[in-house]
Amino acid sequence: MSGFLAGLCVAVLPLLAAGFWLGRRTARTPRPGGLGTPVEHATFRTLHTASLAAPPLRAGLTEETARRSARRLRSLLGTDALCLTDDTRVLAWDGVGAHHRAEIMERLTGPLETGRGEAFRLGCTAPDCPVRWAVVAPLTVDDRVHGALVACAPRESAVLVRAAAEVARFVSVQLELADLDRSRTRIVEAEIKALRAQISPHFVFNSLAVIASFVRTDPERARELLLEFADFTRYSFRRHGDFTTLADELHAIEHYLSLVRARFGDRLAVTLQIAPEVLPVALPFLCLQPLVENAVKHGLEGKAGTCRIRLTARDAGAEALVVIEDDGAGMDPGLLRRILAGEDSPSGGIGLSNVDDRLRQVYGDDHGLVIETAPGAGMKITVRLPKYQPGVHSSARLGSGPAN
Amino acid sequence: MNSAYTVPAVALVVVATVLVGAFGLRMSRTTSDFYVASRTVGPRLNAAAISGEYLSAASFLGIAGLVLVQGPDMLWYPVGYTAGYLVLLLFVAAPLRRSGAYTLPDFAEARLASQGVRRLAGAFVVGIGWLYLLPQLQGAGLTLAVLTGSPGTLGGVIVAVVVVAIVAAGGMRSITFVQAFQYWLKLTALLVPALFLLLAWQSDGAPRHAFDEPAAFRAPRTVRVGSTLDLRLDRPLTVTVHGTVDGRPYPGEPVRLAAGTHRLGGGTRLTFRSGDPVPAADRAGTGGMSTSLAAGREERPLYATYGLILATFLGTMGLPHVVVRYYTSPHGVAARRATVAVLGLIGAFYLLPPLYGALGRLYAPELTLTGDADAAVLLLPDRMIGGLGGDLLGALVAGGAFAAFLSTASGLTMAVAGVLTQDVLPSRGPLPARGVRHFRLGTVLAMAVPLAVSVLAGGLPVADAVGLAFAVSASSFCPLLVLGIWWRRLTPPGAAAGMLAGGGAAFVAVAVTLAGLPGTGPPHALLAWPALWSVPLGFLTMVLVSLATPGRVPPGTAAVLARFHLPEPPGTEAKA
Repeated sequence: MSGFLAGLCVAVLPLLAAGFWLGRRTARTPRPGGLGTPVEHATFRTLHTASLAAPPLRAGLTEETARRSARRLRSLLGTDALCLTDDTRVLAWDGVGAHHRAEIMERLTGPLETGRGEAFRLGCTAPDCPVRWAVVAPLTVDDRVHGALVACAPRESAVLVRAAAEVARFVSVQLELADLDRSRTRIVEAEIKALRAQISPHFVFNSLAVIASFVRTDPERARELLLEFADFTRYSFRRHGDFTTLADELHAIEHYLSLVRARFGDRLAVTLQIAPEVLPVALPFLCLQPLVENAVKHGLEGKAGTCRIRLTARDAGAEALVVIEDDGAGMDPGLLRRILAGEDSPSGGIGLSNVDDRLRQVYGDDHGLVIETAPGAGMKITVRLPKYQPGVHSSARLGSGPAN
Repeated sequence: MNSAYTVPAVALVVVATVLVGAFGLRMSRTTSDFYVASRTVGPRLNAAAISGEYLSAASFLGIAGLVLVQGPDMLWYPVGYTAGYLVLLLFVAAPLRRSGAYTLPDFAEARLASQGVRRLAGAFVVGIGWLYLLPQLQGAGLTLAVLTGSPGTLGGVIVAVVVVAIVAAGGMRSITFVQAFQYWLKLTALLVPALFLLLAWQSDGAPRHAFDEPAAFRAPRTVRVGSTLDLRLDRPLTVTVHGTVDGRPYPGEPVRLAAGTHRLGGGTRLTFRSGDPVPAADRAGTGGMSTSLAAGREERPLYATYGLILATFLGTMGLPHVVVRYYTSPHGVAARRATVAVLGLIGAFYLLPPLYGALGRLYAPELTLTGDADAAVLLLPDRMIGGLGGDLLGALVAGGAFAAFLSTASGLTMAVAGVLTQDVLPSRGPLPARGVRHFRLGTVLAMAVPLAVSVLAGGLPVADAVGLAFAVSASSFCPLLVLGIWWRRLTPPGAAAGMLAGGGAAFVAVAVTLAGLPGTGPPHALLAWPALWSVPLGFLTMVLVSLATPGRVPPGTAAVLARFHLPEPPGTEAKA
């Protein structure tokens, strides 16, 4: 009896779970209709179709995205055939009459150059071919023609010309957004490069000055520091791969801190607590070192005593939790908010906002920096790093960092 | 059994686990020395952690019970549980680590770039996790009931509460140290009493007839039958009965029972004389951990054995709590080394339970009657040594058993809770609080379901439930991992179809078996040992559907497979 009950539970639970999941899925996308007049229904349906066609195009105009959006666009226009082209070839043909591909590409040269739409009769020999007319609407991004949307119909129709032009404009907007996405990615990439370069000026100057001061009094120490400096710069000027492991990043921080210690001596006390489970976690290159640099700066700023910095990395299920604390001057939260929003950029603030941007870019908006601070109360920065994220792989393996 | 020592022993294990979990890291790793702080987990420590997480109630109690009841055939269980790591070592360990995946759904996404397959893998992780948690809770209930006479479900509730409290509070921060500690605790808890038991056996004249003849009572013994059961006698037997036999009440007088089958009422006490053979008991599927599914096994021993071998050999790689431990290895080579060490550690451990089983057959043969055969490991110290020494050794074994429940249950709960948090629970709410609150909710959910089933259903066949979890894992994740790592033409639809066909079929078979539907005969054997047909079904479906959808091979497959298989740059092994 009890075995039967158990079996029943085992059998029914997945069903319940599946039902719950299905219910949630269907509840999330309510059917258009059931609300409002027939005209409003039609509007809803049109808007819904348009919204479904948009996402693929946001990735730019390629064969794959054209194929996925062409069907939606055709149902939006209600034509027999619809084709999307770039400036040289047909990317996707949805509907009947695909044998017109070559002919259409020939006739497109004019509209593609002028950027003006037109309608023309198709010269077709097949007697039962349902498409006789083609309406061409160019797709333009920043006044440059990227391709064309061609709608084919049995007869000439002014309505179709108008509708095709409107849909082409809608597609153009999506392509423009795709372009914007691409340039945003480029900006972030450029920022990463900028950050790498940015380390050097202050840091290189200070480090070299410190090393110089040791050359005569303690040549052995100077040699060690030079090697540390070489290791750190080798890491930060590394060109291949955007990601590293927590272990390698810690190595870089170690080299950085030994150079800083040479300058400030006992004024800097660093405590570490690293869970060994999270050392293999992959993370964006140089995203913790700027936070440590920030902590050092704030900790030493405006006070004479020792600055304590605490670096903790904890295992938290599917994430690693990295916390960097200092007991320094702290900061006005309002000012910090402005810095992170990019409205204000005092010296040193660029590091924080750049790290924040890159974390959000890689892991999504949930994973930005969490900073707790107040004037005079130190600063605590928390970073949550997922242990696995599609596309995030450390190119250098764990432990391959520069040896001591 | 003296609970005056047992309860403190169990409490000590729980407290030690919590302390190591919460402070192990703080004590050993708070430093200002980067070299100390960023030392990675070595293969041996990781291997101990994997073993600690892997050795569950089924290993600690179940195997000895199975050997006691059914004899040396059951040695396939420890062999299979160990050999699973050989398959893991040969085909999966290093590529899995190099894939960078933390969980099985992560692997599915990394290899196939498909959210759908990821969700499906998540569903299977939850299913296997729940199926595997069930016997842990049952085992805890049984242990506590045998040791202290508490109600049967109390132990399960205690383990569930402790695990949820530890995991939800984030107390398992130094999880690697905790699990490694648990492994050595479990090994000690079996090894030390085993040495004393062997000494006692030696001084007893080293009787060797454990499996040669029908078990016999070596001393007069009174056996209390828990629930109604049928007794099969080959020869007439005279016993003192206190209770009901064949519907007639006896107040405690010697009764001569004829050869044949007799029905004993629940609560009946039988007193056997020295030298009496132990009669066989028929119990309709509601026995302890080791008495179920015996019917199918007796009818078709060869089929059942092969089903068991296939399930345990191929199922290990799909256990969610084992897979997450591989992430801790710094690189693929270390993962492989850790697996080799695991083979050694687990192999050493599995030498012990069969020993207990054999000794149990000599010294506690009546356990086959009462359905508490799984308690053999717990009862033997008291039975063979007795006195204060026996009590202390019994307390040590009980502590080890609770370590087994705690470590496996907490590992599974974390794995299931992780999937529930990431892929199931709605992702809305204020950002910082969400992660923690969600994870707690996931933890409670991960434990609540199996606890509810175990309280509602009671007396579930435990070692077999573990075997069934292995079968589901072997039919769903083994094809996904092996084909995903070694076959470049695998497609998302193929993977989904294969997991659904193989794993789904195994899951249905499990549900039907647990419900006790087919009863006996060939269908029962087929459904009770599904791995033999469901694993090929999973592989075949995956291959055929993948071949039928050649256009859906994910674009980056070549690069992904290169990453799985290319060894690490030279020089990394020496340092890590």
